[in-house]
Amino acid sequence: MSLKFGVVVFPGSNCDHDAYYSLRKVLNYDVEFLWHKDTDLKQSSVILLPGGFSYGDYLRTGSVARFSPIMNSVISFANKGGIVIGICNGFQILLEAGLLPGVMIRNNSLKFACKDVYLKTENRETIFSAEISEATKALKIPIAHGEGNYFADIELLKELEANRQILFRYSDKDGNVNDENNPNGSQLNIAGIVNKNGNVMGMMPHPERACDPTLGRTDGQLIFKSIANYILN
Amino acid sequence: MFKATVLIKRRPSILDPQGVAVEKGAKHLGITNIKSTRIGKLIEFDVDLSDRNEAEKEVNLYCSKLLSNPIMEDFEFKLEEVK
Repeated sequence: MSLKFGVVVFPGSNCDHDAYYSLRKVLNYDVEFLWHKDTDLKQSSVILLPGGFSYGDYLRTGSVARFSPIMNSVISFANKGGIVIGICNGFQILLEAGLLPGVMIRNNSLKFACKDVYLKTENRETIFSAEISEATKALKIPIAHGEGNYFADIELLKELEANRQILFRYSDKDGNVNDENNPNGSQLNIAGIVNKNGNVMGMMPHPERACDPTLGRTDGQLIFKSIANYILN
Repeated sequence: MFKATVLIKRRPSILDPQGVAVEKGAKHLGITNIKSTRIGKLIEFDVDLSDRNEAEKEVNLYCSKLLSNPIMEDFEFKLEEVK
């Protein structure tokens, strides 16, 4: 299969160009924008739902974008095993679309949180994390969100743990997961999860903002390289 | 035609950070006998149907598919006939 990222552009997306830039200019992958009113995924092998404030975050984050024409194509692509990654608002859209379990509520601080955080990788055997070495205690990747407080009921949390669906948890720089380093109140410090089949991933932190070495942080590359290597090998 | 009024409430089991924060404001104001503040949504719209059953069906669909997220919210509504 050839590697090609399709970055969906919703009205209100604002990290679509960051994602395009990191994938195309930094990592030299094939990328194309996909307009939300279209239904053609243009032979993309990976669909990326970017961050932003689709439809102004009205009603609930991601709730309106989820019904964009392109989302029907994305849902059937995902259901056939296609690789989908949702970042920040993209994660919220995947939750609303039912491609990932749980909901996102307002940060417990009620503040918009915009800062670097550290992420402990809980499962290195996924499409999205295979390139993250054991030696990497924590990834340094920024967050920028007001509603990143992941909520799931106890049964769902147990299921997520049992199926190893929790991919990233907020931690300190040494990978210690604790309340102090939970920036939004997420249950179990959850920052990113995968679906049961392992082909759909959502995360609140922004790996596309941690790719260009000029920015002083490149850990985000590991996530995109994991996906690329999975497809190319 | 009907005028619909929808009330969306967050499930009791789900934390409401806004309600908690607003209640802190109340304490600062000296309003001290308030507890369990929960913030929901009130949504109004018209339903262009003459049959009440059909209108209820339409509103149910709107509420369950879009206006509320069944994982964390419950909804109730009332329909008022308008001439």
